[in-house]
Amino acid sequence: MTVTLLYALVGVALLSMGFYGLVIHPHLLRKLLALNVAGAGVFLFLVAAADSGAAGTPDPVPHAMVLTGIVVAISATALALVLADRIFQVSGSTQMAEKDPAEGL
Amino acid sequence: MKRAEKKRSGSRGVNSLAALGAAALASILAWAVWTLPPYPERMSNLVAENMHRSGVENPVTAVLLNFRGYDTLLEIGVLLLALVSVWSIGTSTARPAAEKPRPILMLLLRLLLPFMLLLSGYILWIGKYAPGGAFQAGAILAGGGILFISATDRPIPTGIGMWRSAAAIGLLVFILIALATSATLGEFLRYPVAIAGGLILLIEAAASISIGAILINLFVGAEPGQAHSGFSRDGQNRNIEKESSIE
Repeated sequence: MTVTLLYALVGVALLSMGFYGLVIHPHLLRKLLALNVAGAGVFLFLVAAADSGAAGTPDPVPHAMVLTGIVVAISATALALVLADRIFQVSGSTQMAEKDPAEGL
Repeated sequence: MKRAEKKRSGSRGVNSLAALGAAALASILAWAVWTLPPYPERMSNLVAENMHRSGVENPVTAVLLNFRGYDTLLEIGVLLLALVSVWSIGTSTARPAAEKPRPILMLLLRLLLPFMLLLSGYILWIGKYAPGGAFQAGAILAGGGILFISATDRPIPTGIGMWRSAAAIGLLVFILIALATSATLGEFLRYPVAIAGGLILLIEAAASISIGAILINLFVGAEPGQAHSGFSRDGQNRNIEKESSIE
């Protein structure tokens, strides 16, 4: 088992943990954190996947994709935070309305 | 909230189902990673073969700004879009009024800010040869700005359209260069080899200013100097406005 494979598997583990956290936590902030953990898993996998195993430099294309992804993830997170804040201001709740959309939001 | 607590206690079945699903996802993906065929070298070979035409020496920068310039153009567009959305809906009432100025942060600010600006310029420049570039430089700029906001009791400077111009200049320069190249070379974002390095540095310099400005404003969570009284539920003024009216 190579170090690269270990990185890729840790990425898979992070993605699954993020997915689990996203499903079980009703609080929007926790969902957002879980999404970010899952995203970090994807980035870790991509960086690991760029290692071709051969001597020489890793493939720069996935690395550039990860850089782009990090920036997009940051801006999406900021937007989601503001939206969650707005939901809290309007409905007084830190989670999405579940059964009755007319209630709260 | 009472409703939330009741929901949490009654959701043990959902939790174990989610755990099962996550475990299944993990095992399937782990199996897929384990049995992944050897990495195809085609892409990295393509990059290596064309490096001499990219105008830079760092392959990641070459991919970001030259070979796949579309990605980066759209990425800056996404950042700007996120900022416009945050400015449209954000009221920034959630941030607690901290006691300012904070002495320790002020000391840090005085010590670090010049170095942060210097480092930001260096990272921008070195991106041509080594890891670095517009995004890292912009992130360091934003770090300096956020330290400033957190430490001082001064209001965020709000010149006429200052933040809007700073946020837009990256995308604007990028699009102008892309249009110019498509007019002269007939291909969108294909740089002439002789001046590719200079064009990339120009785009990156403008982009790092924009990225810094956008990240600072995403941290603030609302547009500086803009009243959101129509949107804010309790009509409470934000800190920034109070402070600026004192000065």
